[in-house]
Amino acid sequence: MRKREQVKAGLLVVFMASGLFFYRGAEAQDGPKHRPAPGDGKSMVVQLCDGETNLTVPGVRPGERLSPEQAQAVSDKLMELWMAKQDPKVAEAWRREASAYQQRQPGAPSPAGQGAKPETAAQEKKEGQQQSTSRGPVIQPKEQVIDFTARDYLIWDRELSREIAYGDKIFHDDKLIGSTNGVACAMCHPNAANTHPETYPKFQVQLRKVALLRDMINWCIENPSRGKRLDPDDPKMRALEAYIMAQRKGVPMEYGKH
Amino acid sequence: MIPLKWTRRREQYLSERKQWFDELMKAGRSLSGRRKFLKMAAMAAGAAAGAGFVPHSFTLVDVANAAGPAEGPAAAPPFTFAYISDSHLYEKTLNERFVRQLQRAIDDVNALDPQPDFVLYGGDLAQLGQPGELKLGQQMLKQLKAPVRMMVGEHDWFLDMGDLWKELFGAPYYSFDHKGVHFVTLMSVNEKDFWTEKKLTPMQRMQIVAGLDDGRQSRFEVGEEGREWLKRDLAKVPRTTPLIIFSHSPLYKYYRDWNFWTEDAEEVQAILRPYNSVTVIHGHTHQVLTNRIGNIHFHGMLSTAWPWPYAPSGLPRLTVQMNRPDPFNQTDGMGDGLVRVKRTGYVDKEYHLWNRNPMIVTEEYLASNGVESVPPKTLLPAY
Repeated sequence: MRKREQVKAGLLVVFMASGLFFYRGAEAQDGPKHRPAPGDGKSMVVQLCDGETNLTVPGVRPGERLSPEQAQAVSDKLMELWMAKQDPKVAEAWRREASAYQQRQPGAPSPAGQGAKPETAAQEKKEGQQQSTSRGPVIQPKEQVIDFTARDYLIWDRELSREIAYGDKIFHDDKLIGSTNGVACAMCHPNAANTHPETYPKFQVQLRKVALLRDMINWCIENPSRGKRLDPDDPKMRALEAYIMAQRKGVPMEYGKH
Repeated sequence: MIPLKWTRRREQYLSERKQWFDELMKAGRSLSGRRKFLKMAAMAAGAAAGAGFVPHSFTLVDVANAAGPAEGPAAAPPFTFAYISDSHLYEKTLNERFVRQLQRAIDDVNALDPQPDFVLYGGDLAQLGQPGELKLGQQMLKQLKAPVRMMVGEHDWFLDMGDLWKELFGAPYYSFDHKGVHFVTLMSVNEKDFWTEKKLTPMQRMQIVAGLDDGRQSRFEVGEEGREWLKRDLAKVPRTTPLIIFSHSPLYKYYRDWNFWTEDAEEVQAILRPYNSVTVIHGHTHQVLTNRIGNIHFHGMLSTAWPWPYAPSGLPRLTVQMNRPDPFNQTDGMGDGLVRVKRTGYVDKEYHLWNRNPMIVTEEYLASNGVESVPPKTLLPAY
């Protein structure tokens, strides 16, 4: 039980630290800029890392340090508030994942299906004997333990798909790339054909420099489409690159090819 | 399919043929009509006799005066027609470049000397079927000196389902006879209704069809009505008469996702199969594209607006790719062209690529299944 509490306190620190990170990183970092509810200035307001769920802690002044018990209570309450806003299925999946995650912390026993770690005292003893004598086969787990859960894969896939879908939309819409003559990317490059992102970087005489994919995207926006070039870090540029590269999955990199 | 029944060695045949055509060329410049035919026939016989050969496979057959259908290769006098295709016009205020490019093709064709017998416009005159686009195209095409034969494309059609196009240019499918060849223009870009159920506006429907890689649309088809019409039209045409078919989409299956495809292609090919000599000239693919299926030779047309990349799969074996277009060369991979109809009714297809050497895909290349007269290969194939 003590271990479990430590883990929970650790999670809370992560929550709070990420909140601080968002305040301080507002200028330097991309991504959502969380603005916590201002509160009354007398009580501490703690925000969940979703940037939306806030909790006022009565009797604690802003800047004061919470006791581990208070922090645990705040953490539990915030998660409860968050869960209440979720689809019940999502909330349930999250509870399962969180519980699996806690069980697989270093030193914690591996959950079922995660390799063949000995689970009984008898097995542990047997393994200890083998190691001590350096004789006979060492029983190895089939796989190393990783920290990624199904939820991680789900999130990666969802976020990446969203970015690619946005790129797809821009790629097919002359107005979204700021074209002034009705020419969209896909009019010459259906399914991003003949964009060959795998051939960059390469020296492009006409651009007088080693060109990256983004340089050619901007070239097309400015010339055939008569639009304004995008900042290399413009969300539209990033999405266009994501979409174009996603169409060439599995194609070998061949930089410098003309 | 061209029943050349020679028994002597090939070299002899080729030298004999060359002499024969040289004489024909000389005679053709100074004479015309029936008199030319008789004179050339006599000269050919003389030339052959002089060389110690008996004229046979290329003996001139006067179709107009022959009694009943001739055996062996049909004999149409050679002639040419030009083509311009896929101009995708927006209104001039929005996109002046596409207008300028169509104008360039018109000037190219008007500069041909001798003038072609007619000009095929291969469809997709407009980009989004708008009245302003179609009427602008109509006005521009009036500059052509030779008569124009119009074909419709999906970009002309799906805003008002062809109403304005038909008003401006007439029936979307029709046939005509020209110098012994039976020409048929098909309407091959019909699509099964995908819009009613989704309650799409005409403009939404148009924009989906205008997106080459937009999977929400249906596949192109001639459709049952078109096929029945084709059967009726061909019922009166002898099997020995060469056919030249115009269709906007390729009348075979190249790449489904981009509608480089006609869903009922096999059924249409079956209707054309009994004929000795069939050539299909199609638009839509914006590239040098060559195919042969049995008796049918297929040739694509260039676009005046932009080139399409070769599709990731399904490219016919006989296609020699054009160079991958250079994006820094504004009109690369675009152009217009000429079709030289040969005596067999098959054609030499010329692609007049702007800013490049023309590419010529000959009858001989297709008749020999890609062995002879091979067009120069590209060093810049599709990625």
